[in-house]
Amino acid sequence: MDPRAIHAALGARFGERILGAALDAGSPFATLATDAIAEVAAFCKADPALAFDNLMCLSAVDYPKETPPRMEVVYHLFSYRHLHTFALKVQVPRENPAVPTVEGVWGVANWHEREAWDLFGIVFTGHSDMRRILLPDDWEGHPLRKDWQDPEYYNGLHVKPTPQMMERVLSGETLGVGPFDFTPENRHLEQP
Amino acid sequence: MSAASPGARIADWDQDGLDTDEMIVNMGPQHPATHGVLRLELRTDGEIVRRARPHIGYLHRCFEKHAENVDYPGVLPYADRMDYVASMGNTLGFALTVEKLMGIEVSPYLQTIRVLMAELQRIASHCVAVGTYTMDIGAFTPFLHLLRDREKILDLFEWTCGARLLYNYNWVGGVSHDVPDGFVRAARDFLREFDSVTFPELLDLIIHNRIFVKRIADVGVCSPELAISHDLTGPNLRGSGVARDLRKDFPYSGYESYDFEVCVGKGQYGPKGSCFDRNWVRVAEMRESSKIIHQALDRLEKLEKTDVHEKVPKRVKPPKGEIYFRSEAPRGQLGYYLVSDGNVNPYRVKVKSPCFTAMSVFHHLAKGMMIADVIALVGSLDIVLGEIDR
Amino acid sequence: MSLPEPVRGLIHNRFEDGVIVTSADQLINWSRKNSIWFMTFGLACCAIEMMATGASRYDLDRFGIMPRGTPRQSDLMIVAGTVTLKMATRVKRLYEQMPEPKYVVSMGSCANNGGPYWRHGYHVLKGVDEVVPVDVYVPGCPPRPEALLYGLLKLQEKIQEDRVLRKRGLTVGSLAGATLDGATDVALASGKK
Repeated sequence: MDPRAIHAALGARFGERILGAALDAGSPFATLATDAIAEVAAFCKADPALAFDNLMCLSAVDYPKETPPRMEVVYHLFSYRHLHTFALKVQVPRENPAVPTVEGVWGVANWHEREAWDLFGIVFTGHSDMRRILLPDDWEGHPLRKDWQDPEYYNGLHVKPTPQMMERVLSGETLGVGPFDFTPENRHLEQP
Repeated sequence: MSAASPGARIADWDQDGLDTDEMIVNMGPQHPATHGVLRLELRTDGEIVRRARPHIGYLHRCFEKHAENVDYPGVLPYADRMDYVASMGNTLGFALTVEKLMGIEVSPYLQTIRVLMAELQRIASHCVAVGTYTMDIGAFTPFLHLLRDREKILDLFEWTCGARLLYNYNWVGGVSHDVPDGFVRAARDFLREFDSVTFPELLDLIIHNRIFVKRIADVGVCSPELAISHDLTGPNLRGSGVARDLRKDFPYSGYESYDFEVCVGKGQYGPKGSCFDRNWVRVAEMRESSKIIHQALDRLEKLEKTDVHEKVPKRVKPPKGEIYFRSEAPRGQLGYYLVSDGNVNPYRVKVKSPCFTAMSVFHHLAKGMMIADVIALVGSLDIVLGEIDR
Repeated sequence: MSLPEPVRGLIHNRFEDGVIVTSADQLINWSRKNSIWFMTFGLACCAIEMMATGASRYDLDRFGIMPRGTPRQSDLMIVAGTVTLKMATRVKRLYEQMPEPKYVVSMGSCANNGGPYWRHGYHVLKGVDEVVPVDVYVPGCPPRPEALLYGLLKLQEKIQEDRVLRKRGLTVGSLAGATLDGATDVALASGKK
């Protein structure tokens, strides 16, 4: 099925909850109402014409400078039966973002959603195991947001680049530019 | 433990008298057999695993944050370091993603070079995968043999671009170095030895070895539905019998014109979808890659040479938009979701790494296994932690 | 709570320099440097190069260097790869589990100072020397097997100068043993005293 037919099928079933679409983009996508994602996902998997049995990727993107400032969760779907792809997008506000989980539809969403929570702070309501996956459990903050600032320390270890290196960068030195002298010191092997 | 009276014998203790408890055993993050810094928290009842929980993130190197702060050609070295065992595939995927967004088409000569390098890298990566897998199972010698053969491939790469492991080879719009003169002959020499000596030896010594088979043929069976639902791709998916390969279904970089087969696990020695089948797909893929390399070398001689930097833009500035592109890396489907806002730096690069999704199925497969089989399962999924944690 | 005093043997660091004791020290150091057993602490890409160094072409076994999986039986910890903040506590714990005399080789630029991830890596430790004392730094990304071998040979030279029977003085051998009067050693070595 081509993207227009898929969009038409979704629109026929869900009507107004499909908010928009960009079918000529690099990867065609449709934007949904946030609370509809779980039902749309279940429909996408169960419907024999769509048969999206595989969630290729679940990404979160932060758009603080758009109007309105928002975060988006993008679901890239693939069907092994029909070999077609499509993408669904959901938009959430940047404060207290919450999206229903789709882990009941595609098992892999469990880990993808944990990662989105870890790095962006998007809560997936109904998730069985909403905890951090990549960062330590006592990490504070969500680093991939656009307004992330590196803290000074994490449990006594430097997080920002070491002060010496930052000094050299700020003073205008371009690091990593040659010529370098790699002659190793062989003072132990030097013959008198 | 209930107190036993003096003079009691072990046979007198009945099952209820012995207090058994579940033990939580930690495998990793430093462990010789976890293929990197993976921590497996196993809740075991004696030797049998009741629950296995993988903990990742010990190698989270903030690739996506770096990608937002450097320009497109600068992302390529970071992309290399994700799946560090097969880095040609990573840069190929990213370069193709950006090229698709910008609408750049490279010449057939360049496409042939890219396919050649990708398939050589596939053989090298599977050498490491099978070699370390057999080392985990307990056989040390195949590791040395396969790494010796991998060194020959790394010699070819070093001759071309100067690096042994992390090449930064596939650029947006081209490659970094053309193949040198004599490369085709050296590659043919390597393939001659690979086809006639290395590969048959690999099959005889290891793959059809009765101990190896008995160890892994009934272990870790993954049904196709579970595999698709948990987004297993590449050899992991084909080991469960699903014959899907991106090089055939959604070909890129000229793969549609090469003649090769999709290798599928057949359940030769046990149920379909076992660890043996996943391993078997990797071994069979080495042979198919060798076929593709032969064809690519033939084409390389006949095609007219073009400058490898001719389509490389002076400044990589894709138009505003987004794209999701997948390529068949040795470990599965590597997907790049690229959002561009028209600047020299990407706005967002999200990597769907095949090993990340492969680990998500781990705790379903590991229930009820013995601890030694857990090691066989981890090795058969062929994970590289750099890619899982990015 | 201060750390307990390390237990010293009867002849360890006891003797003034002399002909017999120096020769005995040279023999002991020669035997120690030719049988370094390292703990495989491969974290990232450098681990693959470390494996390649131990494999058949750039054989490590011909130097007597052998990989051991456990810290309890190893002399050397080759930190090969990026150390993340999550992993840093484990690196320290494993270092503390190694028996003395122990050495650390920091392999690769990530372990030296954070490597290519130094600028925006919020989760990358900027150099493993924030958690463990390092004896030899091997630069490279990843270092070639020959580079790692050179670093290990340099470590062998360092071990050869170690003071086992003789009292600590002009050279600092194992950094782990430098707890006793460490300031004096370093000052003497740099010629300030």
